[in-house]
Amino acid sequence: MLYQYLKVFFVGGALCMIGEALILKTKLTTARILVIYITAGVILSAAGVYGPLARFASAGATVPLTGFGHALAQGAISAVQENGLLGAFTGGLSAASGGLAAAVFFGFLAALFFRPKPKDYQK
Amino acid sequence: MIKRYAALVAKLTPKSKLGQGCLRAYAVGGGICVFGQMIADCGERFLSLSSASSLTFASIVLIFFTALLTGVGVFDRIARFGGAGTVVPITGFANAMVSPAMEFKPEGWVFGTGARLFTIAGPVLVYGISASVLVGLLYYFFPW
Repeated sequence: MLYQYLKVFFVGGALCMIGEALILKTKLTTARILVIYITAGVILSAAGVYGPLARFASAGATVPLTGFGHALAQGAISAVQENGLLGAFTGGLSAASGGLAAAVFFGFLAALFFRPKPKDYQK
Repeated sequence: MIKRYAALVAKLTPKSKLGQGCLRAYAVGGGICVFGQMIADCGERFLSLSSASSLTFASIVLIFFTALLTGVGVFDRIARFGGAGTVVPITGFANAMVSPAMEFKPEGWVFGTGARLFTIAGPVLVYGISASVLVGLLYYFFPW
């Protein structure tokens, strides 16, 4: 149990540390980091690298945005296995739909209930 | 004068910004993932979710907390400390949607909140979805 949480911490932390190093070394913006991470997740997943990592570290691999890319890629692949060509278009979003709908819905709710504050989401 | 200023800047700049930033990102990011794992474990035990759905459940709960903390203004403080530790996990994606949606509320519900919700999420989805369709097509023609 504790060992499982240690694996989650080390893998999740390491993925974040790579992001921090990228931000500090290359001055990449938040938006670019997110785009790079989700695309890297799709590619690593298709290459068969991310699956074993997700089995090893569970939430440590699925919570970072690369895990979102992993869900997109695996969704597309398994939908192609079931439905053929159509699956390439339906699979990715179906697999990622939970997180996506939650982000849209809770984002909208937050805008509905909270007052805007001056902020730096795009530094 | 300029020399003294340069000396002062050198003195006040943290020794290793990279080392400190990486350590903080590691701790905060790892902590968020552990929190996610705890939520997933609870979902598996109390809501009898499968292990795959429990991880989706964890993402949704993390997104909920991010929206709430961004709304009350606490998330920015955690983000300033944790750097990429809050950006890389799903919390960063959620915050990038909530923040502009709130900030541009004065521009209206459609072109303010509705459109700005996707300021950063838009590009992320464009590349993520396009890459996944490409993977699906490749897999269809050259299964591996």
